[in-house]
Amino acid sequence: MDGAAKVLGTAQYVDDLSAKDGELHGATVRSAVARGRIRGIAFDEAFDWSGVTRVTAKDVPENIVQLIVDDQPVLADTVIHHVYEPIVLLACEDRAKLADACAAVTIDVEPLDAVLDIASSLAAKTVVSGEDNVQTRYLITKGAADSEDSETKIDEALAACEVVVTGEYSSHHQEQLYIETQGMLAWWDEAGVHVTGSLQCPYYVHKGFKRAFGLEGDAIHVTQAVTGGGFGGKEEYPTIIALHAALLAKKSGRHVRMIYDRTEDIQATTKRHPAACEISTGCDRDGRLRVLKMRAVFDAGAYVTLTPVVLSRGVLHAGGAYSWQDARIEGLSVTTNTPPNGAFRGFGAPQTIWAIERHLDRVARELGRDPAELKRQNLLVEGDTTATGQVLRGSVGGEECADKAFASSDYFAKRAAGPVIEGRKARGIGASLFMHGGGFTGSGERMLKGRVAVDLQAGGRLLIRSGSTDIGQGTETVFSQIAADAAGIDVSQVSFAVPSTTTVPDSGPTVASRTVMVVGAIVEQAAAAVAAQVRAAGRDDESWVDAADRLLAEHGELSVLKQYEPPSWVDWDETTYKGDAYPVYAWSCDIAEVEVDLDTFEVRVLQFWTAADVGKAINPVMCRGQLEGGALQAIGWALSEDIVWRDGHILNPRMTNYIVPTALDAPRFETILVECPYPHGPGGGAKGIGELPMDGGAPAVAAAIEHATGVSMDHLPLLPERLLLASMAGTTSQGAI
Amino acid sequence: MRVELLVNGQERVVEMPPMVRLLDVLRGQLGLIGAKEGCGEGECGTCTVMLDGEPVNACLVAIGQCNGREIITVEGLAEGEHLTPLQQCMADHGGAQCGICTPGMLIAAEALLRRERSPSDEQIRAAVAGNICRCTGYQRIVISIQEAAAARREQSEGPR
Ligand code: FES
Ligand code: FES
Repeated sequence: MDGAAKVLGTAQYVDDLSAKDGELHGATVRSAVARGRIRGIAFDEAFDWSGVTRVTAKDVPENIVQLIVDDQPVLADTVIHHVYEPIVLLACEDRAKLADACAAVTIDVEPLDAVLDIASSLAAKTVVSGEDNVQTRYLITKGAADSEDSETKIDEALAACEVVVTGEYSSHHQEQLYIETQGMLAWWDEAGVHVTGSLQCPYYVHKGFKRAFGLEGDAIHVTQAVTGGGFGGKEEYPTIIALHAALLAKKSGRHVRMIYDRTEDIQATTKRHPAACEISTGCDRDGRLRVLKMRAVFDAGAYVTLTPVVLSRGVLHAGGAYSWQDARIEGLSVTTNTPPNGAFRGFGAPQTIWAIERHLDRVARELGRDPAELKRQNLLVEGDTTATGQVLRGSVGGEECADKAFASSDYFAKRAAGPVIEGRKARGIGASLFMHGGGFTGSGERMLKGRVAVDLQAGGRLLIRSGSTDIGQGTETVFSQIAADAAGIDVSQVSFAVPSTTTVPDSGPTVASRTVMVVGAIVEQAAAAVAAQVRAAGRDDESWVDAADRLLAEHGELSVLKQYEPPSWVDWDETTYKGDAYPVYAWSCDIAEVEVDLDTFEVRVLQFWTAADVGKAINPVMCRGQLEGGALQAIGWALSEDIVWRDGHILNPRMTNYIVPTALDAPRFETILVECPYPHGPGGGAKGIGELPMDGGAPAVAAAIEHATGVSMDHLPLLPERLLLASMAGTTSQGAI
Repeated sequence: MRVELLVNGQERVVEMPPMVRLLDVLRGQLGLIGAKEGCGEGECGTCTVMLDGEPVNACLVAIGQCNGREIITVEGLAEGEHLTPLQQCMADHGGAQCGICTPGMLIAAEALLRRERSPSDEQIRAAVAGNICRCTGYQRIVISIQEAAAARREQSEGPR
């Protein structure tokens, strides 16, 4: 079993695979300027290049990284768009010589003006992409804003409200910091190209190879090695490192392994998109929310990568878990000359949920209400419509989550009592409410057609073949459990095939909280179908094993392939952004209790409550582990994780100075599982929860800090020095200090 | 330099320049891939091994310092495929998600349990504070170690 291999230390991650004869190490030579034109590449003639393989853009058959837009080259050829742009690849058997070889490459670049943040990109004084640096725009309108002239109409609706509140909120980059850095092993043989490594989505890499090398699908063999965490960071990026390793392998005729060290990994790979949001809302004096006007701008970085989809999820979650009668939500993404941002757990939603949650805290202040009570009053319930006009058909657990989290944390009593101040320490409590859509947005699942196969094997065993990967979130265990329950056999009788494009069907990527809910549902169907055949063929006195073996002997093989069909009622209009954005949502309430040092403004989260509507917890231990691990990433994002930039360079690309929480920083978690089953989910109604816990931690912590100190923060991260400055500037709400 | 080591109970001899990192010797010559390299600079703890009973970051130890000393890696915890209570608890209580931090975490926890029969939550957190886990939020790890401590007490107090 996988669990045993991990605790025995025998699980093989890509860096652990035994070295092949003549294997080379690969390395990347990158740009050093944020934007510029490549005038030339010089390989120092004094250096002994023997035994060193060199690859440049000229060696790439089609120099494009296959994603949504064809804007990113595998290796930069003429123009540089960010500081860590790969330009030359080198491979050598001897690591020390490889490092010297990298130093013997000089890239001659004519620097160009660069755009490094959202504000200067929007200002478009320097244009670095398209006509105005803007990549993608979305507009969601509801009620009064459903008009040609949506902006005027929403402004009129706002003006008619009793209370109008306006604010700006921003959030920053975040590094996934999976503990296993990215790595790939590549080689070529008569069957084609092979890559094995750390990845979430084998078929993304497969598509990338079809495009860049112009190969037929059956000549590309992408296999996942045991993967040490991903969180989105190993969704699209592995295609690039796999292509790089394969280019070197092709040219050298050897096995080539590329393993990034921590610094290169932090510098070159994707991060969470920074976002800037402006919000105006209108409500009644009694707190009934009515009108939402919002604009969210996401920083894409140098290329488009997955930004349109991230932005889409961002705007679709921008209204939060609340009911709005009129809404206008505008989203745009802009190019900057920073490393491309990409997938990261939450996928755009944490950014907009940070904004709307903080904004409602501000509205509550304006109304003299408790923020959580105000939010609870306006929560979406079954039958309500979201900003896209989607009618919520059930499995809506928001209120139950809120009430359970409030009760468990004694939230209202603690709020009413005010901050607890002892010496220089102040303790406060804060809450956030939120939801997260499961599966691909809109018609995504319908187009994707995820597939899974379940094979009957000797001894009545089942083998699940799926392209969904286990990156630590427990796919293997949960799928095995789903299949065993569906077939009515013991879980020890089920195994999970190593995800390899050669042997497993494309289940769609391992992203978007879709693995259990969407792919798990077809695992369930396929396993049930195999079992039904065995049982139908079984004779009265025959055991499961005997019937299965006889059936196999008669037929040679028995395998069922199932394809995902979303619920028939899912109706989404991609052009108007109206309809069922997601078939169902997971709901949650987070509550943080913090202690703030009033001299240093250091913040400790003491206790963290989460009540989450997961539909159905198939494996409660893993479910809690997902919720707690996600919450701690959110807390890290809020309090300590900060990428420091200068001229497009990252100044802290190390674990010494990019600070993620340790066991001593982590709070005690009280995790409450709420189950409002989703009829189409597997195992009795499971919903996707992988990303949900990333959404609510930061606003809950900020609300708690505000309760403790009166300092109200609208911009992440909540570093001590920023809190101190804000308190000195008097951005306080209650004058507690 | 000739270095004699006792690794997971076996005598091993390596010929190495003294400044080569213990981590590279373990993962290379000795073929023990359990300890991982997450940062290479003493910050992540994935390379934690026991050196004469004390947890150390193998990425910061030079092989030249190891002559005549005892090293235990994650591979040295179990007897064959038979999991120790600590390993079993880590697997059962969700202490290992992606598993990349697990070998180091297990060594740090094992070192703690050897000196503390009933560690408190705070002691456990302090003992693994040098081992970064990005997946679990640590609570499942703390629970796993507490359960393991209880199982060990039961074993040692139980009938002999
Ligand atoms: S690799 Fe040794 S502490 Fe990170
Ligand atoms: S289990 Fe993944 S880093 Fe700890």
